[in-house]
Amino acid sequence: MPTRKKLLDLQFIEARHKLIELAAFLDRIDRHSGPDDERLQAMQAVLPILLEKNPGRAARILDGLSDMSEEMLESAPFQGAFGAPMNHTPRIS
Amino acid sequence: MKFIEPHGHMVSRTTDDYTKLALSGCMAVCEPAFWAGFDRATAAGFYDYFRQLTYVEPARALKFGLRHYCWLCINPKEADDPVFAREVMSLIPEFLKANNVLGIGEIGLNKNTRNELLIFEEHVQLALLHDLPILIHTPHLEDKRKGTRLMLDALANFPKLAREKVIIDHVEEHTIASVLDQGYWAGMTLYPDSKCSPNRAIDMVELYGKERIWMNSACDWGHSDPLAVPKCALEMRKREHSDEEIEKIIYHNPIHFLNQSPNFARDFPTLNPST
Ligand SMILES: [Zn+2]
Repeated sequence: MPTRKKLLDLQFIEARHKLIELAAFLDRIDRHSGPDDERLQAMQAVLPILLEKNPGRAARILDGLSDMSEEMLESAPFQGAFGAPMNHTPRIS
Repeated sequence: MKFIEPHGHMVSRTTDDYTKLALSGCMAVCEPAFWAGFDRATAAGFYDYFRQLTYVEPARALKFGLRHYCWLCINPKEADDPVFAREVMSLIPEFLKANNVLGIGEIGLNKNTRNELLIFEEHVQLALLHDLPILIHTPHLEDKRKGTRLMLDALANFPKLAREKVIIDHVEEHTIASVLDQGYWAGMTLYPDSKCSPNRAIDMVELYGKERIWMNSACDWGHSDPLAVPKCALEMRKREHSDEEIEKIIYHNPIHFLNQSPNFARDFPTLNPST
């Protein structure tokens, strides 16, 4: 396993790039008008996970962007996915 | 370095892709039946697709020195109409006679509906009937967590199912533990914009171990990279994984799983210890 320093040398610039991309994306969204969007709300809700100290942040962010509903529809109203639940479905733990 | 691409939709790829795969050490490509980017209008459309997977594509791959295997099913995106899905499924037994068929896949869920789940379970029955391995697609993005749980619950209702003959693909950090804990294989898909990145896949290898795991590109008609597996191998090397560890994940593990398929065991040369 590489040392922490080696890993930082390898990947810090890439992670920094992604962090700034995300910040610029949020700025960009703010500069544009339109109704509130559940995708944006879901993203804002998971952002604090980045600052948590315990491992498993990626899994917790994925959970936060997941459909936690229990109910099943008979048939699909559409085929694709949006990246975050788009209807107000009840959450399960 | 040798590797196997255990999940590539080669009918959508160019001859250049075959050349690159062969040049980068690929020894075989395995192609699950999936969505073509549009819904097929008739079951006859699937009949032709199955012909392509079992007869046309293996011959095309062979021109590049690559073995080509396939999995058969009606994919979950087109399985939401049970009457249509069953019509397509009735075609499958005839094609199971082809000598490059590995098993039933990629079955699964797309929008986690009751119809999709019903057809998923009927595919599992079909695989059990023919004693074949199963390759399972888990849904994308927000639907993956729920879909994975629904399918694990459904699979638990098949007491005769050998879990080591089932691979659950496209796992991510929030689904991998439940898949491995319950005795299934887990596939990690390296995709440019969604699913998993090479570094996240390597994280999961470091956290969950090197057993019952493979990596694939799932290259298809969309934005995807047929060289994702060898590129991830290079990232593993940068992160100081040994060549033996890398080759286990990208070559020996796929062979280990696929060897449970009679056609692969008979055909793939390195499986025979005497060769
Ligand atoms: Zn696929």
